[in-house]
Parts: sequence; C-alpha cells; structure tokens
Amino acid sequence: MTAMQHDPAYNFAYLDEQTKRMIRRALLKALAIPGYQVPFASREMPMPYGWGTGGVQVTAACLTPEDRLKVIDQGADDTTNAVSIRKFFERTAGVATTEHTNEASVIQTRHRIPEAPLGAGQILVYQVPIPEPLRFLEPRETETRKMHALEEYGLMYVKLYEDIAHNGAISTAYAYPVKVEGRYVMDPSPIPKFDNPKLESGAIQLFGAGREQRIYAIPPYTQVVSLDFEDHPFEPSKADHDCDLCGCGTSYLDEVITDDAGGRMFVCSDTDFCAARQAEGHRGRLSGEDAA
Amino acid sequence: MRDDALSGGFTDAPVEAARAFRAALEAMARPGSLHEVAGAEAPAPLSTAAAVLLLTLCDGETPLYLAPGHDTQPVRDWIAFHVGAPLVGPGEAMFALGQWDALAPHDAYAIGTAEYPDRSVTLIVEMPELRAEGVRLTGPGIETEAHLALPETAAFQRNAARFPLGWDCYFTCADRLAALPRTTRTEAL
Repeated sequence: MTAMQHDPAYNFAYLDEQTKRMIRRALLKALAIPGYQVPFASREMPMPYGWGTGGVQVTAACLTPEDRLKVIDQGADDTTNAVSIRKFFERTAGVATTEHTNEASVIQTRHRIPEAPLGAGQILVYQVPIPEPLRFLEPRETETRKMHALEEYGLMYVKLYEDIAHNGAISTAYAYPVKVEGRYVMDPSPIPKFDNPKLESGAIQLFGAGREQRIYAIPPYTQVVSLDFEDHPFEPSKADHDCDLCGCGTSYLDEVITDDAGGRMFVCSDTDFCAARQAEGHRGRLSGEDAA
Repeated sequence: MRDDALSGGFTDAPVEAARAFRAALEAMARPGSLHEVAGAEAPAPLSTAAAVLLLTLCDGETPLYLAPGHDTQPVRDWIAFHVGAPLVGPGEAMFALGQWDALAPHDAYAIGTAEYPDRSVTLIVEMPELRAEGVRLTGPGIETEAHLALPETAAFQRNAARFPLGWDCYFTCADRLAALPRTTRTEAL
C-alpha cells in the first residue's frame, strides 16, 4: 500500500507534536489503570464539541501513515459525522480509509461496537459525551472523584435498584455502567447495552471525551462486567425482529419509519455488516423492494 | 551510539514519533510483548529504544530522573537539546531512566494518589537483554499468559499489590522494548 500524502499545510494528523505527546502519556496511563478516567488538556478542534472532538484527538495521537481508518456513527459509515471525520483524517494524515471492519486497523466509533469481532492489530476509539458514570447521580466532580478513590459505588446500585422498583426491570438501555477488572466503574459511552458483552475484546479500546477532558481505556482481554443483581441479571437486548434487508436475527437493529401510515422496517445498525451479508446472498423481508 | 549532542534525533518527528508511539501503546496494552522501534541514536549508554521513548513521550513538561550510570554529561546534553525535559530527583520525576539496580530504591518514586493514580512515574529500565521467557505474566492485556525475563519479581509483585496505585515500566534493550503496567501479575517459574 502506498501512503497518500497529507495536506502539507497541516502537521501530520493535525495536532502539534507537544499536544500529541500529552495525549499519548494520558493514553498509556489509561491503559495501565483500566477504567480510570485520566484528565488531559483537551484542545479546541475544528468541529463543535459533541461531534467527537475527544475521539478525534485520541485517533490523531494514535494514527500512523500505515493505518487504515474506519469511522462509524451509530454503526453507519455514511452518516454526516462519520464522513466528515473520515475526510478530516484523509486530508490531515493522508491515511487510507475503509468501510470494512476487518480491514481497519483504527476504528473511531460513535455509540456502537461493530458486529464483527475485533482482534489483535485493531484499535477501537470511542467518542464519549459524559465520561463520568456517576455524574447524573452526583454532579460534583470533587465527590465523584472521591467515590472512585474509595470504590464507593453504592449509589449506582441504588439507581439500578430503583429502576427495578419502578419498572420491574433495569430500564437503562444504553451507556450501561460496567466494572472494569473488578475495580473502576466505567461509562462505556452511549453504546446500546446489546454491545456491552463485546467490551471484552482482543482489540485495544480507547475512550476520548473532549469537552469533559478525560481519556480512559480497556486493554485487550480485560474483564468487563455489566452491573446487575443476582435476581435481575444483566440482559443485552435488541428489537425483537430480524433485519429486513439481510435477514440477520442476531444483530443490533435500527427502526426506520417508511411512510405516514405506520409502516416501518428494521435494519442492521452496522451498515458494513449488513452489506457484507447481503453480498453473501442473505435476504430479508423487504429485500428487492424499494425500501427507501 | 554517538557522542554528538546535536544529532541522533528523529528526522521526520511527526511520523517517526507516531510509529514509535504505536509500538509503545501496543507494548503497554499487551504486557510482555516485544516491539522494535527506530529513528533515534543517543550517546552511550542510552539504547535506541530508550532514546526513542524519550523523544516520543518526554518534553519540557515531564520531569525526568537519570539514574547513576545514565547521568552523564553527554546524555544530559543530548536530552537538553532533543527533549528539553527538566532533570530532577526520583521523587519528583514523571519518567525515570536507568538500569534496574541503578533505579533503586524502587519505592522512592511517585505512585499516584487515591484520587489521581495516573500521577505516577513511568520507569524506563535499560536491560542487558530482552527475552520473552522466564517470569509468567497474567492480567489485563494478556489472553492466557505471557513471559518476560525480569530483573526480579518481588518488586513487581509489591507494585501490583497496591493497584490502582503504582508505577509502570518500559524495558528497553538495543532497538526493542516491552512494557509491564502495574496491573500485571508476575510469577517466577
């Protein structure tokens, strides 16, 4: 593979070298303390907060010219956020890009983990809006920091218990809290809880929260347990349908409204996974029709 | 190895540092794995791998401790020109460089605080050789078990026992490096 050239008006991968060193030091400490949120001096990026500035900074610090980058937004390669971040790195780092999960060496993601299993040689970079799992229970940073230091997570269990008391089940469906290597409670970013079992992976998982200025990580083969109770065990859930395009019964689905008369369809959230299955000849309920 | 303080740095810093960091990242994420790095030549006794780590991770914001044996004038000059890290004692250092015995006592370094366990030193330990055999390693980043020839195990066991506090280590020899974060459990065979 011959590397493309990056736009010479920018330093390689946009950030200046001192910023990259600062982010790299934070990433290494994050790997050494799995699930702990390392503060870092997040920079202004040429996109608004909430568009993945944390993930972009982590990706920029990790990219080499030999990498092949994939960017997804809610599983899709072709949405605005994913397309603009992919173009950003094509221009500033000159890296090759792909939509195929198994070809990518670095994958930046917003709110999904790809369906295909990840492994050695792959880095998954998450865009994180609120990195602190206890933030909605305790707004003060000084207090949540003490709670992590003291491993005092009772409040989180009370929250999950109240869910059960009110609704009969834990109603948290995304950003479902996990405990990493038996120590730190961590927010896996707003991925659906369907994806939580995939947090135990052979790939390196890095999390960047730009506005909140935190970086955290899960090394490969690290124990990640979704919080639950013995009598209410954790259950990854999805829409009770098959994909209407590829017929897959085990993938995470998006519901798409198709008309004003209550018509709807369910399609794989992971566009690459769905396209690969259709290319293999799998068909769903609406295949062959004009579903759009 | 050279005694000239002005040469021996990266020729294309953004790209060479990026490749070096990926090796350092993979090493820290997969304890015990060996990685080759390139691009730096520093005065003896600095290995290529240790010089690459300094260029990739250290700058004017990272106080550095040079252990006896590495605290020589040519090394100080090279670091002053290429890295710019302030040289300090072991207690204030974010990075410490030297051979394992020269870095003693190993409890003199910052291990972080309960609220900020990341405020801890990273030791860069120069090794006479680096082999993926010997001490059994288990823990995060390791699927079943890994092996790495370590200078001892007692200090690493004590370090792992105080998780989430503790220091993290890089081991360097010639152009190769490996890492051992505080989470790794070590067991002499």
